[in-house]
Amino acid sequence: MTPVAPVAHAPTRLVRGLILGSIGLVFAIPIVAMVEFTLRSGLAGGHDFSRWTALFQGGFAGPYRAVLVALGNSVGLAVGTVVLVLLLLVPTLLLVHLRFPRLRRLMEFVCILPISIPAIVLVVGLAPVYSVLGRLLGSGVWTLAFAYGITVLPFAYRAIQANLDGVDVRTLSEAARTLGAGWVSVLLRVLIPNLRRGILAGAFISVAVVLGEFTIASLLNRNTLQTSLVVVSKADPYTVVILSLLALTFAFLLLLVIGRLGTVRTGSRRRPTTGGQP
Amino acid sequence: MLLFLLVPTLIAVGTGFVDETGAFTWDTVAALGNPVVVDAFANSFGLSALTAVVGAIVGAVACYGLLGAREHGPLRAVVDSLSGVLAQFGGVMLAFAFVATIGIQGLVTVVLRDTFGVDIFADGVWLYELPGLVLPYIYFQVPLMIITFLPALQALNPHWAEANATLGGNRATYWFRIAFPVLAPSFLGSLLLLFANAFSSYATAAALTSQGSQIVPLQIRSALTSETLLGRENLAGALALGMILVMGVVMSGYSVLQARAARWQR
Repeated sequence: MTPVAPVAHAPTRLVRGLILGSIGLVFAIPIVAMVEFTLRSGLAGGHDFSRWTALFQGGFAGPYRAVLVALGNSVGLAVGTVVLVLLLLVPTLLLVHLRFPRLRRLMEFVCILPISIPAIVLVVGLAPVYSVLGRLLGSGVWTLAFAYGITVLPFAYRAIQANLDGVDVRTLSEAARTLGAGWVSVLLRVLIPNLRRGILAGAFISVAVVLGEFTIASLLNRNTLQTSLVVVSKADPYTVVILSLLALTFAFLLLLVIGRLGTVRTGSRRRPTTGGQP
Repeated sequence: MLLFLLVPTLIAVGTGFVDETGAFTWDTVAALGNPVVVDAFANSFGLSALTAVVGAIVGAVACYGLLGAREHGPLRAVVDSLSGVLAQFGGVMLAFAFVATIGIQGLVTVVLRDTFGVDIFADGVWLYELPGLVLPYIYFQVPLMIITFLPALQALNPHWAEANATLGGNRATYWFRIAFPVLAPSFLGSLLLLFANAFSSYATAAALTSQGSQIVPLQIRSALTSETLLGRENLAGALALGMILVMGVVMSGYSVLQARAARWQR
C-alpha cells in the first residue's frame, strides 16, 4: 500500500466529526447501559461493584464454571476452524488462480454459496448428519469445526481472494521460478508473504464468526460460549451482562490485535531500522 | 465440503417433500400456505427490509465520515474491530445489551420514565416481540454495512475527483454525476446483503424471545425442538426450503450487482 494523499472527495474535518460523533454516541448507548446495568445494587437503587467482585472473588465458581469450560471449547473450535479452512483454501485458491483460471467462477460460486444458506437452514440438515457423525466420532465439541468451516468459508474466501486480485501472483511466481525457486519456496517465501494481509483478515473474521456462533451449537446441543451465556441468562440476568461485556471486549481486543499485527509487519518492512520487536 | 454443505442442504430441502413414512408428499410444502407460516414470512420480510434500509443508509453515511481517516490510523483500527465484533460476534450478547438498554428495567427505559415521564412500554412490553427486534437488528446491520461498503467507497478513484475539478465540475457534480452512479451497484448489493443477513439471523431473536415465533428462523426452532406435534420435523424442512428460495433470489441479485460494481474497481 502506498501512502495515500488527502482524498479529494473526503469530508471536511467538521463534517466528519459530526457524522462519526453522532453515530458513535447512539451506538455507545447500549454499551453504557450494559455497564450501568451491572453496577446496580439491588432494587433499592444506587451503584456499586458488588456483582463484579462477586463474580471474580468467587473465582468463576459454581454455575459460572461452565462458562469457562465453554469458552475453552469455543477458542479451541476457532483455532481448529481457522487452521482447517486456511490449509484447504489458500493452496486451492492459488492453484485455481495460477493453473486453472477457468475454474475461478465455479470456485467463487462454491465458496460464496454458504452465505446464501442461513445457519438455521443448515442446521435442519446438519442434525441428521451429526447424528451419524456422533456415532462414528463421538459427540465432542470439536466435530463442530467441520460445520463452522463451511460457515466461515465465504468470509475467508473473500478476504483472501481480494488480496489475491491485488497482487500479480503470476508474475511473482514466474519471477521466483526463473530465479530457481522450487514451488514450495515460491509458496512459502513469495506468495504467502504477499498474501498475509488477506490471510490475516480471513483468520480475523473467521475467529470472530466462530466465537459468536450460536445457531448451530445451540440446536445441535453443543456447549460453546454463546450457548452457555444463554443458560446463565436464565438464572442471573445481571451476571450474564457482565459476561457479555467481557466477551465483547475480549473479541474487540482480539480483532484489534490481529488487525494491528498486519499493519505492524508492513510498517517494519518498509522501515527495517525501526523493527525491535521482542 | 460436500458432506457439510450439500448434504445438509439437500436433507433440509428434501425433508420438506416427505411425510413421516418417507413417501413423497406435497403436504408439508402446502403447510407453507398456513396463515401462521405466511405471517412469519411477512414479518421476516418486513423486519429485514426495514433494518436493511435503515442500516444501509446510516452505514453509508458512517462510511463517508470514515473516508478521510488514515487507512491504518487508530480510528480505522478501532472502527474496523468494533464493526467486526458487532456484525459477526454480537448475536446473543446484543440481546442482553438491549435488555439492559430498553428492557423493563433498562437504562433508557428507566431514564425516560423517571426523568421525562415517557413510558416506552405504555402499550405493553414490546421488546420481547417483533418490534423489539428492530433496534438490535439495526445495531448489527450498520456495522455490517461499514464492513461491506467502505471498501467500495475507498476504491473511488481520486483521479476522477481531479478530472471532475479540471473539467469545471463542483462537489455536487462529482457526487451526483460520478460517485453515486459508480457506487450505486455496490450500495444496492450491500443493501441486499443486509437484507439477507437480517432474514437469516437467528441468535439475537432466539435469545430475546423465548416464547412465540413471529419470524421464520424462530418457527424453524420450534418445529425442530417440539416433538409433540406430528410431522413437525418435516415442517422445518418446508420452512427451510422457503428460506432458501428467498435467499437464492436475494443473493443472485447481490452477485449480479457485485459483478457490475467490479467494473469500476479495476
